[in-house]
Amino acid sequence: MDFAVLVAVLVLLYAVLRVGHGATASFSPAALQHVSTSPSRLSYDAARSLLRMFIALFFSTVFTLVYGYAAARGRRAEKVLVPILDILQSVPVLGFLTITVTAFIALAPGTELGLEAASIFAIFTAQAWNMTFSFYVSLKSMPRELDELSRSLRLTRWQRFWKIEVPNGTIGLVWNGMLSFGGAWFFLVASEAISLHNHTYSLPGIGSFAGAAVAKGDLGAIGLAIATMIVMVIGVNVVFWRPLIAWSERFRYETTEAADTQRSLVLELLARSSWPRVLGRLRARLAEPLGRAMRILGRDDTPPVAVAARQRAGDIAFAVITGVLVAYGAYETLRFIVTSPGAGLGQIPHCFVLGAATFSRVVVLLVFATLVWVPVGVWIGMNPRVARLAQPVVQVLASFPANFLFPLAALAFIALEVPIDVGGILLMALGAQWYILFNVIAGASAIPSDLREAMSVLGVRGVQRWKRLIVPGILTSYVTGGITAAGGAWNASIVAEVVTYHHTTLTATGLGAYIVAASNAGNKARLICGVAVMAVFVVTVNRLFWRRLYRLAETRYSL
Amino acid sequence: MHTVSPRTSAAARRTIVSVRQLTKTFTTRDGGGLPVLEGINLDVQPGEIVALLGKSGSGKSTMLRCIAGLVLPSSGTVTYRGKPLHGINPGVSLVFQTFALLPWLTVQQNVELGLEAQGIPPDERAQRALEAIDLIGLDGFESAFPKELSGGMRQRVGFARALVVEPDLLLMDEPFSALDVLTAENLRTELLELWQAGEFPAQAILIVTHNIEEAVAFADRVIVLGTNPGRIRAELTCDLERPRDRREEHFSSLVDEIYGIMTDRHTAAAPAEDHEDGGGAQHVVLPHASVDGIAGLAELTLAGGEEDVDLASLAAVVGFAIDDLFPIVDALTILGFATVTSGRLHLTETGERFAGADIQRSKEIFREAALQRVPLVRRIRRTLEHSSDGALREGFFIDLLASHHSRDEAQAQLDTAIDWGRYAELFEYDAGRGEISLHVHTEEPVTR
Repeated sequence: MDFAVLVAVLVLLYAVLRVGHGATASFSPAALQHVSTSPSRLSYDAARSLLRMFIALFFSTVFTLVYGYAAARGRRAEKVLVPILDILQSVPVLGFLTITVTAFIALAPGTELGLEAASIFAIFTAQAWNMTFSFYVSLKSMPRELDELSRSLRLTRWQRFWKIEVPNGTIGLVWNGMLSFGGAWFFLVASEAISLHNHTYSLPGIGSFAGAAVAKGDLGAIGLAIATMIVMVIGVNVVFWRPLIAWSERFRYETTEAADTQRSLVLELLARSSWPRVLGRLRARLAEPLGRAMRILGRDDTPPVAVAARQRAGDIAFAVITGVLVAYGAYETLRFIVTSPGAGLGQIPHCFVLGAATFSRVVVLLVFATLVWVPVGVWIGMNPRVARLAQPVVQVLASFPANFLFPLAALAFIALEVPIDVGGILLMALGAQWYILFNVIAGASAIPSDLREAMSVLGVRGVQRWKRLIVPGILTSYVTGGITAAGGAWNASIVAEVVTYHHTTLTATGLGAYIVAASNAGNKARLICGVAVMAVFVVTVNRLFWRRLYRLAETRYSL
Repeated sequence: MHTVSPRTSAAARRTIVSVRQLTKTFTTRDGGGLPVLEGINLDVQPGEIVALLGKSGSGKSTMLRCIAGLVLPSSGTVTYRGKPLHGINPGVSLVFQTFALLPWLTVQQNVELGLEAQGIPPDERAQRALEAIDLIGLDGFESAFPKELSGGMRQRVGFARALVVEPDLLLMDEPFSALDVLTAENLRTELLELWQAGEFPAQAILIVTHNIEEAVAFADRVIVLGTNPGRIRAELTCDLERPRDRREEHFSSLVDEIYGIMTDRHTAAAPAEDHEDGGGAQHVVLPHASVDGIAGLAELTLAGGEEDVDLASLAAVVGFAIDDLFPIVDALTILGFATVTSGRLHLTETGERFAGADIQRSKEIFREAALQRVPLVRRIRRTLEHSSDGALREGFFIDLLASHHSRDEAQAQLDTAIDWGRYAELFEYDAGRGEISLHVHTEEPVTR
């Protein structure tokens, strides 16, 4: 089933690729000598980047509401939409981007609008899936009495959506929005420069600024860009996400209070101003006529009466049509790979070999990150005072786009003669490791203090304490962090296996480098092949390893 | 002895809600049917309060939801004012056990929700909501969020929200059971005062409860539902004068009478003897009682020193709601440790031995009783003995049970059987692997 969906997603990408005929585009911040790196441009560039992030967030939210609702409400739609979402969530998005971007550029060829749309879409793909999944889950797991309340009061569908369903999903939406937004900086940096037809176009933004600085070897400008980036990440957190999270606490539907309340100074300031009242009045004025107009969508009072036979026939027809479409698409895709010049069936095993190389890098990374960060995370998590200070710092580290630092690392590799095949691991780790630390801290601080006291009184310490208390206690959180870190590492391999500083380019052996080469050369067949194999790797490992570990953690070791 | 009095046709026209031959069957996983309600007839007239009383699992909440139109009956009809129901009943509103308030809306916004759905303009909405808030004693809390309120105040919001639409019939699903005793009593009294003063915005009330005293305190008619499947077992008229006094003799005699009806042997779970051969294992429904509860009640009864004890007063002594005792009492009867006649619990000879013995000995007695009288436990043991390695996945038994129970109930049944069987040292259970196995200590003695 999983693989059927995986194939379907790939077919979809193939279709997009064919639509965006012409050459492939690739993101290449390296070829940006002509872009200005004067410090006076920096604030403008940063503002443009930020704007792009928020536009993408807006589209992600709209997409989330529509897609999530459709998936939760339509019985047949659910069977298709949810697995697609699941695959999109666990597949290296960066690999897909070069494919999808071509379609956008084809929409408005040669103009900045097309590039802008492509960049925003790249950021969107980093944000949307998590948010959508969280909204879908909140719709499906809505408390039964809320559903009954809505039906017994005969709310209109519009009312039900805005008064019950959206508020009920808000907390999850905001949390996932924040995490995805953090992850999206990486894509922002990667997507502001696009090469097409061997010509590089760039958008004004912090990513292209940094790219140009690297291309010129201007260390001062690089430092400035890094500093700006840090300020932006922290600033958005303080001014936007923290207040939003504190505000969303009011949407908690439960009888017990949350363990620790979320606070935000900015929110408290805002609450004291007259803005909330003005906005409230404005909303009330708009909501009334809108609610009236939307009565047209009907009431929430139709009990599920179904004609079983007709429904079954419909299901079968639906399944058959979907199946035939996917099978045909798969055949077409395969034929394309086989018949394209410079590709062929031999590429598939070749990709698997390269995939194994990248996979081994991911494994080494995870093992080292675990050995280093689990003890540190446990120590931090068990000291509440340290944890309170460290948590936001780690969060910023996790959302700081590591690809910003790659050129500097490349410089170091060249100087120290570290082969990129090994150094690539380090580059991938720059971004991915923090997810493990972040989650382990959260897990360790959630271990109840009476359990720790009981262990201390019983004299359980050292290895025994780790085996009996700490590892079981943090396992669920660790697995969450591990999945995210592994996903991040696969994504990063596409930018970490080929690194350029000034005029030197280092290329590692791996699937990431293969995908980059294919997209630079405009070889679509190889590109599809590489991305497909990478998706197969990620999905297989997720199903065979992480899912099982997670289920074990959930059933045996949840506190 | 308890029958529904025939109603005149004139009265029938005034009838608010009328239920005829209602049956509700839930579909189990393997496609079988699980009857929850069977052959229910009920009329609700203007001006009366009807209480639906039953143990958990008697389908009383399902029945309430059928009347509200939230759940479709499998067969039979529900009519509102003479018209058969298609979808939500337009003449009722519902008060929830868990309040079901939207925490992101203020008290007033919560109350206005139903009016807004009817398309009533904002000004009129606000006015009517404030009236309802005033009526129910929530004055001054209009702009509060539910989170800021105590449990009692939250349920007041629930009442105001239900009453503001001026329903013909107010449906209440165990509205006081999430509140502490004092708060519940206070709210009950205030509600009844409103009812008597004639200010009540609804014409009739149907309350679902498992609390006998609450039913008697509230209702003009009490309808007792039996379990598996839920049928109307009895209907009693409470014509006590209001306000009712619990200490009054007639009140307590009514409580005792209902208590007797609910605990009568034939009304409890089906007797184990009927299913001597293991084939019927799934049909005997195990009450969800822990071994500790069973032993505790037996010991308490023994310690009383009397021939038998009155369950209602025993409940008062241990500070239990009498209804919480039902599963334990059922367990004692199924195991053959006690008998119940008209609300009085009497330990059998085995029961006395069980209660008086030390841990090891009482385990032995329990083991014997469980093997003999609890078909599910016996069946698990036998199946394990006949399996090649003495171990089976719990899913195997769940599948067996699922043909007669809902998925959740099948799991609950197996959990109870596992709890009993483990205590009796008849088998072991590995939760991690979800595996039931024969007691290993009997096969390979532990050497240490």
